[in-house]
Amino acid sequence: MTEFPFAPAIAAAIFLAFCAITVSGALIAALSKRIIRGVCGLALCCIGLAGLFYFLNSPFLALMEILIYVGAVCVTIVFGIMLAEPEEVIEGESRSAALVWGSCAMLVGAAFFLALSRLSLAHPWLSPTSRADGSVAAIGVALLTTYSMAFEVISLVLLVAILGALVIARTGRSRT
Amino acid sequence: MNLDSAGLLYGRPNAYLVIAAFLFACGIYGLLRRRTLIGMLIAGELIFAAASLNFMTLNRFFAPDPTVGQTFVLFIMGLAAAEIAIALSIVIAIYRNYRSIRSREVSELKG
Repeated sequence: MTEFPFAPAIAAAIFLAFCAITVSGALIAALSKRIIRGVCGLALCCIGLAGLFYFLNSPFLALMEILIYVGAVCVTIVFGIMLAEPEEVIEGESRSAALVWGSCAMLVGAAFFLALSRLSLAHPWLSPTSRADGSVAAIGVALLTTYSMAFEVISLVLLVAILGALVIARTGRSRT
Repeated sequence: MNLDSAGLLYGRPNAYLVIAAFLFACGIYGLLRRRTLIGMLIAGELIFAAASLNFMTLNRFFAPDPTVGQTFVLFIMGLAAAEIAIALSIVIAIYRNYRSIRSREVSELKG
């Protein structure tokens, strides 16, 4: 069986593209002035993250990332924006104060980035001697045997979260 | 064609770990800088994404059983969805009471 020509280079190019999508999405989500652009940046970041999950040998989680984050979370946040219309106007804060606080937050973020990346790159990780099967079938078996308790409890958490969200949103409505 | 360096790029954990740290830093910056509750929520989602990517990287390269990290990231996604539902309903309730969701103006209890 002959290998596709330049396969590793093409894979590296796709990997770099997904890295760029993730990083630019995160930058848009963190830096944009308008909140709706921030949500679009979050969706972009999650699409790039799904690609990275694919490179990490788990296509199942890549699909779930797109389904849950892009399909559910981002759309729900867009609905919240439409209902609560946050207009992020720059008022009550002078230009110099914005500059000072922005650079302070940037400094904290940069410190976290440098510290975390240095920590995780410098640590001598040990590679495992033997590896088990990580396919979708193995995940399904693990969810229904080893993690069955956690699986049931998280379904309960989701049910309570939905009911709680309905109750909280309704109380606000009756009060006005 | 330099095949070794291409394989090193996505076959090594370094790039994934740096991207996860970058996502976390973006989340921290957004959490400090945003003025509205929904903006802070988006920054929190970025931090969740960073944690998921870190878990998946360590799971792919250093875990003897690769199902553990994938299951854990699935649970993270479920909890993030639950958190979004609750937080957005709280945001909408706050908007109905205060006519604003700027975090500075939500400053009194039992309004």
